[in-house]
Amino acid sequence: MDIKTPKLAVNIGDLCIANPIMTASGTFGYGREYENFVDLSQIGAIVVKGISLQPRPGNPPPRIVETACGMLNAIGLENVGLDRFIQDKMPYLRQQNCCVIVNVLGDSIEEYCQLAEQLNDVEGVSGLELNISCPNVKKGGVAFGTNESMAHAVTNAVRKLTKLPLIVKLSPNVTDIGAIACAVEEGGADSVSLINTLIGMAISIKTRKPILANVIGGLSGPAIKPIALRMVYQTADRVKIPIIGIGGISTWQDAVEFLLAGATAIQVGTANFVNPKAVEEIRQGLTEYLVEQKMESIKELTGAAKR
Amino acid sequence: MEQQNATISKIERLCTDIVRLTLYAPSIAAKAKPGQFINLKTGPGFDPLLRRPFSIHNIDGEGHLQVIFKILGKGTSALADLRQSQTINIVGPLGNHFQASPSMCLIGGGLGIAPLLFLARSILGQQDVPTLKIILAARNKQELSCFTPEFEALDLPLYLATDDGSLGHHGLVTELMPTALSGDTDWQVCSCGPHPMMSAVATICRQHKWRCQVSLETMMACGISACLGCAVPASDHNNTGKQYLHVCQDGPIFWEGDIKWT
Ligand SMILES: Cc1cc2nc3c(=O)[nH]c(=O)nc-3n(C[C@H](O)[C@H](O)[C@H](O)COP(=O)(O)OP(=O)(O)OC[C@H]3O[C@@H](n4cnc5c(N)ncnc54)[C@H](O)[C@@H]3O)c2cc1C
Ligand SMILES: Cc1cc2nc3c(=O)[nH]c(=O)nc-3n(C[C@H](O)[C@H](O)[C@H](O)COP(=O)(O)O)c2cc1C
Ligand code: FES
Repeated sequence: MDIKTPKLAVNIGDLCIANPIMTASGTFGYGREYENFVDLSQIGAIVVKGISLQPRPGNPPPRIVETACGMLNAIGLENVGLDRFIQDKMPYLRQQNCCVIVNVLGDSIEEYCQLAEQLNDVEGVSGLELNISCPNVKKGGVAFGTNESMAHAVTNAVRKLTKLPLIVKLSPNVTDIGAIACAVEEGGADSVSLINTLIGMAISIKTRKPILANVIGGLSGPAIKPIALRMVYQTADRVKIPIIGIGGISTWQDAVEFLLAGATAIQVGTANFVNPKAVEEIRQGLTEYLVEQKMESIKELTGAAKR
Repeated sequence: MEQQNATISKIERLCTDIVRLTLYAPSIAAKAKPGQFINLKTGPGFDPLLRRPFSIHNIDGEGHLQVIFKILGKGTSALADLRQSQTINIVGPLGNHFQASPSMCLIGGGLGIAPLLFLARSILGQQDVPTLKIILAARNKQELSCFTPEFEALDLPLYLATDDGSLGHHGLVTELMPTALSGDTDWQVCSCGPHPMMSAVATICRQHKWRCQVSLETMMACGISACLGCAVPASDHNNTGKQYLHVCQDGPIFWEGDIKWT
């Protein structure tokens, strides 16, 4: 029998990526950290650590703690800042021929706008991902992503300034994530990625104090997968733009589940820490699955659980 | 650094809660330098989820690498249950390494003694062997004896202390420093152990203007500078604006003056 190589390419707005496996922001550094483990050019897209206009030092330690099948982090968005990212990190990524998506974060709509404008003409940047889980300082620190009108406003403001494919990354710490997804679609987003971490905490029974210096942190890893999958499944009914599924994806089977739930692509996060070759193994597994299922294109999987 | 499946050549209980693991990992062992660590996946499955970091205790010329660990929680309990000829996934060698100098004193406390054997052996293997003294301490004789045979075999000035006095000096390593480090020698101290011990050692070194390297531990998610979870406060005496250093990347070995001691 003639077995054709299945097609893995998918579209996120105008962006065509060679395969649907991306790395999640904050779990893959600026790419180079993994050069000894994976061929960076073979990754669908590398989403880099969240970038702000100015460098941020991050939170005091302890910043992380392991929990059952997961981990809590309160890194505090430590990053090198936009200028150093463009000067020090982008040249390497360009050389590797990677598809680079820049995750950006700000304290105000103006900051998001400045970031988008300055990234417009940076060679090698293939797209933007807005992290809207950050507090809006001008609105009393309420996270952009927890309020429909703020989520709409920040998306729309950035949309007007950039032609780059625009992904908006949603916070799961809301009552109705579908409503936020609709708001950002309406605001002009090309895609939504979900979920960011779920807020949680851990307490030491020895010191009788919270373990993280920041008290609360974001939960990630296999522990959050069922929640993330449910949110992708429900959001798929609400928006027409492609969904990028994130949350606890560690194996190719997990990736298939997210595609079946309605995701067009997926991001691998915490799993990179445990297995630095995770993205490569997931791509391999997905390909073999498609061959075994006699599918021609990975697109056939998207949303199949609903049909 | 690389990721590989290593075969367990030997797994030994040295006392109730201390285990020595000998792995066959030739390419990682060949690249390893004293002070570096490896990140072990303690078993299949998601709980425990993260790898566990351990200092390289010893290497031989035949592709073996040893770590010594104390059984504390989930991860180390799972590791202790492994058997000879099973395989285990490791990433390494990770982090930076100790620097040598002409007059050195190695000071280890508890499980912090682990990396000092590899360091002592590699110093002795150099062409110009420096003056080398070793001070080791642990809670009691049982714990300290897990380490002493290998150090005694090196035939170097060795000073021992225990918290309960069951072996060597009854007290702290810092109390042995005046005896071991007399004279106007320009010492360099390499220290690994509990944070308060290293802090006290660093204070004494500062008073004498001796150079001092310490090996720090933090929680780690990745070990390869991707997660930024392993931050420690920096002294930033050079005013670079860097508030934090990362143990897996900038360390685990630091010059004492680069750290903000708390
Ligand atoms: C660079 C480095 C080198 C180390 N070398 C050694 C060594 O040679 N021998 C040795 O016995 N131990 C060493 N440790 C500490 C060792 O990693 C922890 O004891 C081990 O991870 C505990 O795992 P657990 O699941 O048994 O404990 P847990 O139940 O997870 O926790 C028990 C204790 O260990 C600490 N701990 C847990 N996970 C980590 C982690 N990923 N990193 C650091 N601390 C952690 C916790 O804060 C807690 O106090 C080293 C740590 C680092 C960072
Ligand atoms: C250590 C760490 C740092 C992260 N940093 C960021 C970040 O800078 N920006 C962002 O949008 N998401 C960040 N995330 C969230 C991840 O991108 C991802 O959405 C989340 O971890 C869920 O996926 P996972 O379970 O596969 O890790 C971070 C997650 C972790 C664990
Ligand atoms: S452990 Fe992840 S950056 Fe150091």
